[in-house]
Amino acid sequence: MFAVIQFPGSNDDRDMRFALKSALGVDARLVWHKQAELPAGTRGVLLPGGFSYGDYLRCGAMARFSPLMAAVRRFADAGGPVLGTCNGFQVLCEAGLLPGALLRNRDLDFVCEWQHVRVEQAAPPFTSRARAGQVLRIPIKHGEGRYVVAADELERLAASGQVMLRYCEADGAVTPAANPNGSAGNVAGVRNAAGNVMGLMPHPEHAVEALTGGCDGLLILGSLVDAVGGAEGLQ
Amino acid sequence: MSAAREPVVDLALAREHGLSDAEWERILEILGRKPTFSELGIFSVMWSEHCSYKSSRVHLRTLPTSAAREPSDGIGTVLVGPGEGAGAVAIGDGLAVIFKIESHNHPSFIEPTQGAATGVGGILRDVFSMGARPIASLDSIRFGPLDDPRHRMLLRGVVHGIGGYGNSVGVATVGGETSFHECYRGNILVNAFNLGLVDADAIFLGQASGIGNPVIYVGSKTGRDGIHGASLLASAEFDEQSEAKRPTVQVGDPFTEKCLIEACLEVMATGDVVGIQDMGAAGLTCSSFEMASRAGTGIEMDLDRVPQRAANMTPYELLLSESQERMLLVSRQGAEQRIVDIFARWDLDAVVVGKVTGDGRMRVRWHGETVVDIPVDPVAESAPCYERPTRRPADLDERQKLDLASIEPESDPQAALEALLDDPNLGSKAWIWRQYDSLVQGNTVLGPGGDAALVRVRREDGAPTGRALAMSVDCNPRWCWLDPRAGTIAAVAESARNVACTGARPLALTNCLNFGSPERPEIMWEFAEAVRGLGEAAVALGTPVISGNVSFYNETSGRAIYPTPTIAVVGLLDDARRHAVSNWAAPGLAVVLLGETREEIGGSAWLALRRGVEAGVPPAVDLGHEKRLHGLLAEAVAAGLARTAHDVSEGGLAVALAECCLTGPARLGARVTLPAGLRLDALLFGESTGRVLVATGEPDELLARAAAGGVPARLIGETGGERLVIASAAGAAWIDTEVDRLAAIWERALPRRLEETA
Repeated sequence: MFAVIQFPGSNDDRDMRFALKSALGVDARLVWHKQAELPAGTRGVLLPGGFSYGDYLRCGAMARFSPLMAAVRRFADAGGPVLGTCNGFQVLCEAGLLPGALLRNRDLDFVCEWQHVRVEQAAPPFTSRARAGQVLRIPIKHGEGRYVVAADELERLAASGQVMLRYCEADGAVTPAANPNGSAGNVAGVRNAAGNVMGLMPHPEHAVEALTGGCDGLLILGSLVDAVGGAEGLQ
Repeated sequence: MSAAREPVVDLALAREHGLSDAEWERILEILGRKPTFSELGIFSVMWSEHCSYKSSRVHLRTLPTSAAREPSDGIGTVLVGPGEGAGAVAIGDGLAVIFKIESHNHPSFIEPTQGAATGVGGILRDVFSMGARPIASLDSIRFGPLDDPRHRMLLRGVVHGIGGYGNSVGVATVGGETSFHECYRGNILVNAFNLGLVDADAIFLGQASGIGNPVIYVGSKTGRDGIHGASLLASAEFDEQSEAKRPTVQVGDPFTEKCLIEACLEVMATGDVVGIQDMGAAGLTCSSFEMASRAGTGIEMDLDRVPQRAANMTPYELLLSESQERMLLVSRQGAEQRIVDIFARWDLDAVVVGKVTGDGRMRVRWHGETVVDIPVDPVAESAPCYERPTRRPADLDERQKLDLASIEPESDPQAALEALLDDPNLGSKAWIWRQYDSLVQGNTVLGPGGDAALVRVRREDGAPTGRALAMSVDCNPRWCWLDPRAGTIAAVAESARNVACTGARPLALTNCLNFGSPERPEIMWEFAEAVRGLGEAAVALGTPVISGNVSFYNETSGRAIYPTPTIAVVGLLDDARRHAVSNWAAPGLAVVLLGETREEIGGSAWLALRRGVEAGVPPAVDLGHEKRLHGLLAEAVAAGLARTAHDVSEGGLAVALAECCLTGPARLGARVTLPAGLRLDALLFGESTGRVLVATGEPDELLARAAAGGVPARLIGETGGERLVIASAAGAAWIDTEVDRLAAIWERALPRRLEETA
């Protein structure tokens, strides 16, 4: 079973659950942030997009103090896979589970559009279904998605294979023009040193069906399903 | 019975509250005494134009509010008509849609970001208070010219307000319309539409039924914000002092609204809720009076129990505050604690503030004193109703006079096309809708930028029904100014046609009637004509009016906006996968033009932009043809015969063709040939109604079906390549240009103006 953490102000929590169910046949449970523990049998944790606590302080700065976040940290420390999308990415950075921070977009405006991202690392548990260098088309929708990290830290992250996705052109070229928010190094997604915690600004749960725009998000969510033993292993 | 520190209540104070002398007399008659200060406040908001519709009711009564006949499959049955928070229509599979459009014009002009944000918040509450989960928003926004820095500021502010609220609350903004005209320089328009989905047998109404049932206040605490927003701001025209009204604009909190949506839907699922209503305009007063009035009951309330965020609030302030994100709920007895617990989980207040009584009176206590004791019905349902005088505007004939012979023919069609695409009214609106989350909830099949948005229907548990909802919001104010009745008919026709272009069948509509001061007979005539046209079109197209809103007093220092009856039509598509798009779907498809092009350039964008003339009569609308067109499009899309369907509207055929080339994920050209015979400017840029561009792989079959369906159709060209070529049958190309060149103009039309001195 996957646990989708529900903070007050989470918006993509139900979408994540529906995406896992409809496209991958996997059950996920919404888990309220005030709980002290993850449900027994949790094999993976998803932190969804939205505006936790309205994002009235820094994005994710309040949510990291939710009681359930201590349990998420223990789960991650024990090697369990944790994936944060958009606001979930922001929460993971605020919680110190991922390096860097997410600030206001370069152009100051919220931006919602389908975006190309290049897979930098193809590896379990998040990108095993993709190829390194593969270009995915997945939507972004955020006002504060500019990934910021010190220059030497960015180099170190890249060298250690922690940069997972970069914003790119349709042909995979990583250019300033393809950078929608001014992120350092066009970074769209990173993972921790151990490789079991990943955050990304794009929304894979909104790219799971041709009818609503495309299926590339399944390469990420499907990888996570594979990593915990497939849909059967999760029942 | 008077509270301390309150002014003396007399006729002078009543006038300050916007009440007329006759209304003051009526209050004395109803009460048999002078009102208290709080009571005067209540009468003034309940009888304001905004809350009582006192000038518009006699006209609105004439509108068709139910389906012409009960449909055999139940789809299209109106379950709730006007009068509740919003209207409801059955869409099959045991589901219903609830939708409405509402204005927030005056507050948005004074404080654009909060004004627009609270407009979105208010319409959302109207929808989810009926038990529906809001799934899609549209907005119709209108400004003065962008060379005015104030209007650049207003546009930015309104867009930030709509996006800031809608994005945060997790409801997709899937479309809308934006226009710019001199007539909005003193009064901008912000009309917000929302649509929600609900089980057809689980619709909640704003009724305080069941004597003894508890009345529960839920949501945000009450502050001093927005006092007299409805009566003083929305029910009077602007003048130089309007800036001083800024304190009557409310402040929105989308985070609380999001929690309120989830908590309300959770509480409603328990079966404990008897009735519920948004505390919108006129706050606690309006919601409690309306709920009691609908149920034929009374309410007893203790203001000391109302959650308050400011100290020392007076009963007057508590009753009239328009603080946002609040609801009034009536539950079964004994359910109080269960309800309080659910709201507590979402960190929201839920407090029993009173109970339902059987004597038809509103009794309000504060600090142990009775500060209000008035009969409910005379205030809510027997509000004043005026048949205001109407007079055809003296200059109407002048407006409609257009001698075509005196209009210099277009000599450079390509320059004209480029000028039209560079006009902010016709240029790309991507700068606006990129700032809106159009994808949240994962149901957006067609988002902003096309004719209509298309949203897949999914049950609360996530299971899709296979169907989709199409929606579009439209109005051509220039046409409404030239002929309010014809212009309104055209607005309904266009909105329905946009919906039909996806392949959906139009079901029902909602409207937001934006006009000047009803106290001027010319404005009232325009209003009456518009309502007449609305009724005619709604009947002819089989789209009942299920909800609506009237916004009067959109004028400043005696200058009114053009009549702007904004229409939003909602349609149903049986198979979400089988839909048409507004851009060229593929190269190598045949281009077919449905409908007839006539020599109609009156009121056109070309005439205004290229000749500086706003005159003439709007193009004729044949509602029978429109209805046949709906049938043909639904059939052709379902059969896979129409992969692209795009409405021909402002800017005419040339602009519509360019849009088909420009609005897709990848640009694509086309080559078309048009028969001569009309004035060239009418042929290329005239705005004859009832026309749709279709791209099809099987033109013969489509033409045959069109002929069988009584819809004129003509094969005019083919999609493909990187150029748009529009040529005469004789062979000469009137327009021959790279699509990329048009794209550069069209995409920059709006941003370049905003960057001017941004």
